[in-house]
Amino acid sequence: MSLLEVKNVTLKFGGVIAVNDVSFNVEEGEVFALVGPNGAGKSTLFNLISRFYDPFEGDIIFDGESLLKHPPHDIANLGIARTFQNIELFEQATVLQNLLVGRHRFRKTNMFSELMFLPSVKKKELENRAEVEKVIDFLDLHPYRDKYIAGLPYGVRKVVEMGRALAINPKLLLLDEPASGLSTEETQDVAFWVEDMKKQMGITILMVEHDMHLVASVSDRVLALSDGKMLAMGTPSEVQNHPAVIEAYIGASDDEAVA
Amino acid sequence: MRILFKTSYDDDINLFKHNHHRFWYILLFVALLCLPFLISDYMVGEFTNVLIWALAGMGLMILVGQTGQASLGHAAFLAIGCYSNVILQSNFGLPFVISFPLAGLISGLAGVLLAIPTTRLHGIYLAIATLAASIIIEDIIVLAEPITGGVSGLYAPDINLFGYSINRYVDPSAFYWLTLGVVLIIVLFYKNLLRSPLGRAFAAVRDSEISAQAMGINVARTKAVSFGISTAITGLAGALMGHFAGIFTNETFNVIISITLLLMIVVGGVGSIHGAFFGAIIVAFLPQLLSFFRDWIGNTFELGSIVIPGLESAVFGCILIFFILFEPMGIYGMWLKLRTWFELFPFYRRDMFRRQKSYLKTERMR
Amino acid sequence: MADLQLIMSGLANGCIYGLIALGFVLIYKATEAVNFAQGDMMMLGAFIALGFTNSDRMDLPFWLAVPMSILLMGCFGYLLDRIIIRRMFGQSQVSVVILTIALGFVLRFAAGTIWGHEPQSLESPFAGRDVSFGGVVLGLDEVVVIFTTVLLTIGFYFFFNNTKLGVAMQASSQNQLAAYYMGIPVKRIQSLIWAVSGMMAAIAGILFASKGSIDPGVGLVGIKAFAAAVIGGMGSLPGALLGGIIIGLVEPFAARYVAAGYSQVAPYLLLFLVLVFRPHGILAQIHRKKV
Repeated sequence: MSLLEVKNVTLKFGGVIAVNDVSFNVEEGEVFALVGPNGAGKSTLFNLISRFYDPFEGDIIFDGESLLKHPPHDIANLGIARTFQNIELFEQATVLQNLLVGRHRFRKTNMFSELMFLPSVKKKELENRAEVEKVIDFLDLHPYRDKYIAGLPYGVRKVVEMGRALAINPKLLLLDEPASGLSTEETQDVAFWVEDMKKQMGITILMVEHDMHLVASVSDRVLALSDGKMLAMGTPSEVQNHPAVIEAYIGASDDEAVA
Repeated sequence: MRILFKTSYDDDINLFKHNHHRFWYILLFVALLCLPFLISDYMVGEFTNVLIWALAGMGLMILVGQTGQASLGHAAFLAIGCYSNVILQSNFGLPFVISFPLAGLISGLAGVLLAIPTTRLHGIYLAIATLAASIIIEDIIVLAEPITGGVSGLYAPDINLFGYSINRYVDPSAFYWLTLGVVLIIVLFYKNLLRSPLGRAFAAVRDSEISAQAMGINVARTKAVSFGISTAITGLAGALMGHFAGIFTNETFNVIISITLLLMIVVGGVGSIHGAFFGAIIVAFLPQLLSFFRDWIGNTFELGSIVIPGLESAVFGCILIFFILFEPMGIYGMWLKLRTWFELFPFYRRDMFRRQKSYLKTERMR
Repeated sequence: MADLQLIMSGLANGCIYGLIALGFVLIYKATEAVNFAQGDMMMLGAFIALGFTNSDRMDLPFWLAVPMSILLMGCFGYLLDRIIIRRMFGQSQVSVVILTIALGFVLRFAAGTIWGHEPQSLESPFAGRDVSFGGVVLGLDEVVVIFTTVLLTIGFYFFFNNTKLGVAMQASSQNQLAAYYMGIPVKRIQSLIWAVSGMMAAIAGILFASKGSIDPGVGLVGIKAFAAAVIGGMGSLPGALLGGIIIGLVEPFAARYVAAGYSQVAPYLLLFLVLVFRPHGILAQIHRKKV
């Protein structure tokens, strides 16, 4: 059984069909990449899995259970974490606090014990910090531990966002353009991290990415989308050389595509 | 400059950042405890007033500073706390120890009740909805005359605390200590909130609802909880305010009070406990200071007594405009800079506190 | 007949709320700032006109005082944006709200110091006169208010759709950055919008003051007008007028058919219901944040 099954999902905004009858399976332990030109519906698929939108038709099944009966704030509890294309961090909080929010799904204490800060709350907090510290180690975030997000450079924010998603302890991690706007070195780091998440932590990764080098180096399978429709699915090199994909990227006719 | 050298996770979650802090805050508390022995009864009353405003300010701060939900209607919850406290004592004969927390609870529940329908609203829309709620509650007080006394108001009875009767005019020190005790407990609650998951959930909702949701936070419920805690604390402040004023009507808690409360925490510094206290000091002492200057000018230039209506709010308005334009972090921000300047002397740089400004941040898109 | 008169006076009040609300919405649309001092600017406009024309003040002719005060308030709005509001660029909406509330305090104080705190009336040529239309006797002031509002609405419609400046204003309100790239001087346009809304405030103030007395605290009507703007939908100019008229009509009818005490609450009850069930107003444009 696959970890995530997207079955014939369609979404319309007004008259525009953003996602048109898309189906794919993500197997446990693989890195699966979604590629395609802007507006192909990649981020919309992420938002569908995050339950920000309701699909018009179709179903999304995670771990044998339909996601559609869960409200958006339940998705993290099921073990699905995500990052955002345009960075949605908690700006007026420190890196540490941001990562700790990721631990929110393990909150067992209630409001009253927290107001009193009972020993049980303290014990739980120490646990949370120990867990978060592992993420900080993994991503080399020590220099920024107590810095406010509002003052951090873009590259670091991207990493913090990945860290926050890791703090959720996810089974499935959705990375929305993890390398966009990063330098070559930083992209290299991302590639290593993705490898390690897959191999050491056993996290399944679904990723949207434009950088084809990154996609080719880390992903097991790739799905190419265009205008909300599936173009091709397979290994990175299969998809890269698929005629429909080349056409979607470069243009309709060969005359215009003087490479 | 002191460098924090953290050796265990405890260091992150202790109440005080280091022993130095602990020393100063305990000294401050002892000074506040001894205050009634050092100053006149009148000044004790004034300090009590500051503490009550600070309490109300902390209540609003949890909502505005921590959760990022603007409220222009918190006077309504002062009123609910005040009226329910007095009605529970006078009509139901409950002692203060029961009526006081109950008043907080009732006010908190009213806050949750307001939060449920308004949870979809943001920024300015929420502010105007709470403003409307405040006006509606003010009118309900007038209309519910049999219980609330309508426009003629209610008298607050003497506080009966374990057989010991406290009237704020007869025994201002006792009332001051009572208020100080309540304030201390709420400050502790507030600090605890900041270092626990709920406080972080508040911050998450404040900074990005969409990603708070993706982190597994139920945004609507978190907002309702924040409203509840905030209005409960404000309700407690209202109950104390009733005893402090002695007599109160619907006018005691009008829209202007709501607005003043919000302006107060902005002047003090949004997002910090200090801010609530700094703001309360300004609100409570500004009239005193102005009347002092007025008398001084009147006497020195032999002009007799000068009466300038509306001067207080105008000066307050000017202070506020100054802070919003030049020091958005309020008095607390100034305090932080000053402290850093002394700690780092002579290495302080002007841009040490500069944050990235986010231009083109539109709030129409939600 | 009594109902008809109720409708007319409600309409007249509603038009004034609508005009103040129009000032709110203009600024909100163009700059995303919410000017809570709009009511106080109306009060200021009324007092300036009163200072020009009342016989115990400067005693200028009414028809000279009106354009002068409108012009003066236009300058006031322009300078306000240039000197204060522009510095707020990039800060949150709520801080602008708080800033303008504080500004309102200062304006109230200034007006009280200059013109006194007692209620005063503007000596206008149409105060206290009646006109009758086929047996229905109406106050001339009310007719003038409604007539002026209709004229202004038509004027605004043409201004925004048919003049270069109006189109530029619309463009910069819809997308500041894009407008800037197209060579529209966005900053100056914003100041001009503040100027226009200052003029609107002056007109509303003059109409308000010729219907009844004013004092420096009258700016609190702004809250009601703000409610009107929200009921209509903050981004919509016709919505603002509609909201104002709804509130103007709800008030007298609540007082007549429910109980006297309810005329104050009714608008806010309505506002609350609108916010709960149609959070962005009756004629709203809704956008969703993209992630």
